[in-house]
Amino acid sequence: MMPLLEISRLTHRFAGLCAVSDFNLAVEPQELIGIIGPNGAGKTTVFNLITGVYRASEGSIKLEGEELVGKTSHAITTSGIARTFQNIRLFKELSVLDNVRIAHYGQIAYSPAEALLHIGRFRTEEKRIVTQALDLLAVFKLDQSAHEKAKILPYGLQRRLEIARALATNPKLLLLDEPAAGMNPNEITKLMDLIRWIRKTFFVTIILIEHQMRLVMNICERLVVLDFGMTIAKRMPSEIQINPKVLEAYLGEEVAL
Amino acid sequence: MAYLFQQALNALQLGSIYALIALGYTMVYGILTMINFAHGDLFMIGAFFCFLLAVYLKMTFVTTMLLSMLGVACLGVVIERLAYKPLRKAPRVSAIITALGVGLFLENFTLALSPYPKHIPSLLENFIWTVGSLSISSMQVLVIVLSLILMLVLDFIVQRTMAGMAMRAISWDKTIVPLMGVPVNAIISLTFAIGAGLGGAAGMMYGLAYPVVDPYMGIMIGWKAFISAVVGGIGNIRGAMIGGFILGTVEIMVAAFLPSTYRDFVAFTLLLVLLILRPYGILGKPQPQKV
Amino acid sequence: MISSVKIIYRAWLTCWHMLTNCKYFWPAVLSVGFAFCLAASVFEFLDLYLQLILIYVGINIILAVSLNLINGYMGEFSIGHAGFMAVGAYVASLLTVYVLPPGTSSVFFPLAILAGGVGAALIGFLVAIPSFKTRGDYLAIVTLAFGMIVKSVLENIDAIGGPRGLLGMEKLTTLPWVFFWTALSVWVIRNLVYSNFGRGILSIREDETASDLMSVNTRQVKMIAFVVSSFFAGIAGGLFAHALQFINPRMFDILKSTDILIMVYLGGIASISGSIIGAVIYTILLEIMRPLGVWRMVFMPLLLVLLMIYRPRGIMGLREARLFMPLRDVVTEKFWRREDKGADDATP
Repeated sequence: MMPLLEISRLTHRFAGLCAVSDFNLAVEPQELIGIIGPNGAGKTTVFNLITGVYRASEGSIKLEGEELVGKTSHAITTSGIARTFQNIRLFKELSVLDNVRIAHYGQIAYSPAEALLHIGRFRTEEKRIVTQALDLLAVFKLDQSAHEKAKILPYGLQRRLEIARALATNPKLLLLDEPAAGMNPNEITKLMDLIRWIRKTFFVTIILIEHQMRLVMNICERLVVLDFGMTIAKRMPSEIQINPKVLEAYLGEEVAL
Repeated sequence: MAYLFQQALNALQLGSIYALIALGYTMVYGILTMINFAHGDLFMIGAFFCFLLAVYLKMTFVTTMLLSMLGVACLGVVIERLAYKPLRKAPRVSAIITALGVGLFLENFTLALSPYPKHIPSLLENFIWTVGSLSISSMQVLVIVLSLILMLVLDFIVQRTMAGMAMRAISWDKTIVPLMGVPVNAIISLTFAIGAGLGGAAGMMYGLAYPVVDPYMGIMIGWKAFISAVVGGIGNIRGAMIGGFILGTVEIMVAAFLPSTYRDFVAFTLLLVLLILRPYGILGKPQPQKV
Repeated sequence: MISSVKIIYRAWLTCWHMLTNCKYFWPAVLSVGFAFCLAASVFEFLDLYLQLILIYVGINIILAVSLNLINGYMGEFSIGHAGFMAVGAYVASLLTVYVLPPGTSSVFFPLAILAGGVGAALIGFLVAIPSFKTRGDYLAIVTLAFGMIVKSVLENIDAIGGPRGLLGMEKLTTLPWVFFWTALSVWVIRNLVYSNFGRGILSIREDETASDLMSVNTRQVKMIAFVVSSFFAGIAGGLFAHALQFINPRMFDILKSTDILIMVYLGGIASISGSIIGAVIYTILLEIMRPLGVWRMVFMPLLLVLLMIYRPRGIMGLREARLFMPLRDVVTEKFWRREDKGADDATP
């Protein structure tokens, strides 16, 4: 079976500094993969490369066989990759509902002309979008605040909204960038359940970047460790867990386990 | 050949004036990320101060220059305190609209007080030196030399004094700098004062070189100087100087070889092309976005 | 005392909402308005001077609402809007004066206006292209340069009058026409704003990179915004030319663009009702202050500065009158009813 995502020899340089070097990864459908490593290791850069924010200096990224390098971000998202961000990037002044509705842009069935005059497929499409958006919000328990501005949501709910918004694009692959940042252990447990549930319910493949080892060890099936842009190891969590010395060497002495 | 050289001199003259005004824009932008659209009108006020001082108080060249620079500098500080300071936390566009409003106020206030264009008497004897078929006027040389001196002084202040260092620091990070003990408000006022003063000097020089002053002269020149600042990379002092000279050269060269009505059109089109090729200006750097 | 005022207010509000939510509210209001304008124009029971003021108000509303699309909703800073207006004015005027057979211009007037809009939209298409790569102040310069280039080009083409301008237009802009075009413009732009493309425009203002990553085709959205905005500016230009019966390039310079900017920011960014309010107040205030002569342009900017200091977002600032919001957005809850969705389906 063809892997969902195939990254080969991915390399990216910023004016002489090599942020990512020879990154390789093959992701099968419905896998849950974690990327870990110290700050500045290039993890978010990999996400940025996959989603087209940066154009890779070298290498190839293929989604179901189609080359992504060189495509615009919105084309990549429409092909089926969605993401969340390290620092939440919601549309703060827009309502919760609008945040989710915007993610439907790639699936809109009406043309600008129909939008300008509110004719044709416009009404039915808009109804469909609203219904789907509210359904999604309900499932994430955000429907009660559908009309509030995103900026007034508490932090945890904002993170949830970001994930909901990403899922609204109907992705095959979901990239989560430090979803547990700023959460207490209780919330992290809930997040672990949420991520597993999302994978099961939405049939998505998930790659996540995290520093919280408990989360990573418990839900990831495979781990990739980056440091200074280079892949240090690709291991099953169980292997890393057995050998704490290996872990220490990769991540330094202070590791939140 | 001589014609070319003649035009080059004109270009330098015009370019110096644009550069001086552009410096005012760029300094304020660098420190407050705000486009002071009233700046062109400060230039105009400088010319009018010069007129008032020369005609009614019959002052000499040097005192007129110093006093009008000082006058415009003070006006700049007053405007900053009254109109811009309350808007430092407001959305940027509000500050810009306020600046437009201040500019309109200055233009129309001057128009109301002085409906007819005024003529500035020459304060210095204008010598014309002829070298072959070339004629160089001392006024031109004066404008160019004086502008260069002012720009050098500014460069010195910004690069080598504590105040200049504070200005540069504030342009990098406005929140941290006060924590380092820097009197931010005073530095901001100083920046405005210097920028306005330079604009005022430009106004006076323009008034002496092209002796008619009218209240709307600041509009077109102000916008052109603004474009120069952006072309050079807004926020960048050296960029503003370069941008000013580029625009001056383009304008004069276009006027020299094409019908004069094409001047603005070709100049703006070339600038547009330049911006499309280098979207952040010549010396400007795109703000990298951390995703 | 206070509670009875509250009760009355609530009652009135409910009645008002019931009225405005009724399907026939807007068609009724617009028909009455149009009939009034038609009658006023034909039977002249409104003073001609007043009619002219109302015509200018209408034109300014179109200009303000169209500029708000770019400056308010999309968060850019476009300062060359008068350039689009100029193109529309000239195209429409050239058509009615030189191209259309004499005597037919009042019949073909709407076509001429539309042609003006299309011409302006073509220029808007060009301006949109730099907006793909540049933003912020640099894009402001691009729009400024475009505006100045348009004015320069018009000044240099002697065939259309050069700096002396174009005259000979018939007074085809009547109050009912202005009412029609103003209502149409506001309606279309409001439709755009409350569609997915409009939400796309808003998302670009909020966070362009995130927007791209959420499947929004930002290039398409920017193109739509610029084209629609310039189209209606062109329409306003055509109407303007046939009200004044004379145009020259100087009328469409940076001062005109500044006027439109003031109306937009006065009324409030990203708000259709705001632009309407801004246009109305600005136009009427300027007329009221006419006796002050040149001093009115001294007080007006002062008032503007004071307004910005005390209310930086403008009168309506980012808020919209409920009147303009489609039912769908206001009462979205009605569209979605869940009869206890299985609890096991919900997230843990």
